[in-house]
Amino acid sequence: MEFGQLSLSRRNFLGLSAATAGALALSACGSSGPGQAKSGEASYWFLSGQPQEDIRQGAVDAFNKKNPDGTIKATTFQNDAYKTKIKTALGAGQGPTIIWGWGGGGLKSWVDANQVEDLTSWFGSNADVKNRLFPSSFGPAIIDGKIYAMPAETVQPIVLYYNKRVFDKVGAKPPQSWGDIMALVPKFNAAGVAPFSLAGQSRWTNMMWLEFAFDRVGGPEVFQAVFDGEPNAWSNPASIQGLTMVQDLVKAGGFVKGFASIVADQNADQALLYTDKAAMMLHGSWTYASMKTDGGDFVTGGHLGWMNFPPVEGGKGDPSDTVGNPGQYLSINASASTEQKDIAKKFFSEGVLQDAEVKQWIDTGGVPIVNGADKELASSDDAEFLGFVYDTASKAKVFAQSWDQALSPTAAETLLDNIAKLFQLSITPQQFADSMNAVIGK
Amino acid sequence: MTVIVPPAPAVQTTRPASSAGGHGPVGWMVLPALVVFVAFGAVPLLGVLGLSFTTWDGLGVIHPSGLTSWRAVLTDPGLPHAMWVTFKIMALSWLFQTPMSILIGVFLAGHQRYREFLAILYFIPLLLSAAAIAITYKALLDPNFGLGAGLGIPLLQQDWLGDSTLALGVVVFVVSWQFIPFHSLIYQGAVRQIPRSMYEAAALDGAGRVRQFFSITLPQLKYTIITSSTLMVVGSLTFFDLIFVLTEGGPGDATRSLALEMYKTGFQANLMGPASAIAVILVVVGLIVALLLRRLGGRGDESQLEGA
Repeated sequence: MEFGQLSLSRRNFLGLSAATAGALALSACGSSGPGQAKSGEASYWFLSGQPQEDIRQGAVDAFNKKNPDGTIKATTFQNDAYKTKIKTALGAGQGPTIIWGWGGGGLKSWVDANQVEDLTSWFGSNADVKNRLFPSSFGPAIIDGKIYAMPAETVQPIVLYYNKRVFDKVGAKPPQSWGDIMALVPKFNAAGVAPFSLAGQSRWTNMMWLEFAFDRVGGPEVFQAVFDGEPNAWSNPASIQGLTMVQDLVKAGGFVKGFASIVADQNADQALLYTDKAAMMLHGSWTYASMKTDGGDFVTGGHLGWMNFPPVEGGKGDPSDTVGNPGQYLSINASASTEQKDIAKKFFSEGVLQDAEVKQWIDTGGVPIVNGADKELASSDDAEFLGFVYDTASKAKVFAQSWDQALSPTAAETLLDNIAKLFQLSITPQQFADSMNAVIGK
Repeated sequence: MTVIVPPAPAVQTTRPASSAGGHGPVGWMVLPALVVFVAFGAVPLLGVLGLSFTTWDGLGVIHPSGLTSWRAVLTDPGLPHAMWVTFKIMALSWLFQTPMSILIGVFLAGHQRYREFLAILYFIPLLLSAAAIAITYKALLDPNFGLGAGLGIPLLQQDWLGDSTLALGVVVFVVSWQFIPFHSLIYQGAVRQIPRSMYEAAALDGAGRVRQFFSITLPQLKYTIITSSTLMVVGSLTFFDLIFVLTEGGPGDATRSLALEMYKTGFQANLMGPASAIAVILVVVGLIVALLLRRLGGRGDESQLEGA
């Protein structure tokens, strides 16, 4: 009897676990959810988390105040949950009118499913809206030559940070080339300081190293070939060289001991840098703000240094190239009502990146993707850093989008998986290329 | 492991026919449980089976694609690896949890006041959510800012979640830490049900405490061991939340069990077809394991009190 119960209870149990896989179907028949707004009201979903959340909400509130007839109802979601939620909601026809996103491969999957509105002609007739924004930010918004999203918020290049205190103590100079980097590794290790901080468990953090190694060695064409779906694009000699370089750095002890146990979400990697336990860190420009908040006088006392990733000897890549997030992206749900779409478009032209919002982004250490924002930057407390980010973004010959955002979710997952194994040294560069070639174009 | 749907009424669906009459009129009482089971157990299961023969990214149109998904899953070296990881977690956590739970359970079965107090303390891990436990352990095990670094104990300053072997060990340990209290509770109850007369008789025959434990307590716990083992095995098969938060299957794929493989394929790589195929495999493996454990228990009609 007892066992009969158990075996049935486990069947129930498995049913439940299977239901997890079928959760899409279940949530599809769920409640109408926050996506459904009443007519005359558009809905807008975006990410929670301060200080960005308040700025986004502030833009919506300001818009609603000016347009009481056609307002926007905002709902916030936590980052990882949002990625799943938005996909489920769109698939079920329950998505919001305005969809916040990252552009690139994720946007393409929405476009392929006819879920988002083509904004090409709208931008054509509203050229002033388009011309206000960084041209380089439009890259990830364009799928098959058509614009499906409006770039918004800030530009976030990946920056090589360094700790001036540690450099002074060891008597070292910031690296000017890959050779310098490799030469600095034993120097810092001998002084008992980790050369580079890295939150390896998060995987995309490791990816930033490959993005720069590929670009500096072979130029942006190497990854572009992958993006364009050329067969065997990962077997390019430049790609193999980049992969080998990074593995050499791991073998030489370039990254902090136990880096594979560190997660970026908890900012432990940044803490290593500002507590003098690591000398350098390759990370997004957004970490500046959190290091300023958490690091005591590390940032305000002028101990934080920054630079673009140095060139590789004999490499073809332009040292002005950068990678990162060229912006954040707002799309319009194709299944929204005409009335809702009109509100959304009005929001795009009159509500997004208005002066007050631009100023708020600058105050949080971000560079808004608005042409001429550099004049505003000069008066900020963080003028030096913001000026650097503005220059990096606006003068970059190529501003590549992060690989995991640019690729389809399917290829991105395989990529992150293989990157983790590459940094574990459990696969060779050749094996990496082989497994990645298998998912090209998927 | 903690989710146990009350299944008792459903069992009886097979009973009325086989057992002697008189049960018939109460057959309708089964209905509510049956409806819930069909709606939330059987129907999604069939849906997943159906999905496994399609290609779907979770967003667009579902395309029937025959055996494509199955071929992709069965030829993927990730599947045997995930099964092996699942098996290792299952076996190791069973090996660790069972002796610990029995010992603690037997200890707590005593009626002394201090033991009652300890029982409450032991029970605490079960009150915490798996995600909270995972995040806490992650912080404690951080190689630079964790317990080892904080207390300056080099032994604790390992690359706990970054080394393949250590990471698996950590997963098994944390899973066990969370669930030993639950199983101890089961054993505590079972030990208290053993007739006192047996111990009195054994004591008269001159058996010491250790002898009593091995000759009376352990044999008497046979069915409890099977019950608790089934729960452990079933639990580790579908174990997801703690591993997901703790290691996300990493480093590399060192702790990627079947359940994680299913989630990652379906919800991160957007391959719903292959993910459904993995889910079906999970169901089949689960049923086989449950069946084997049932067999192990024997027919259940022999007396446990023989010679008592």
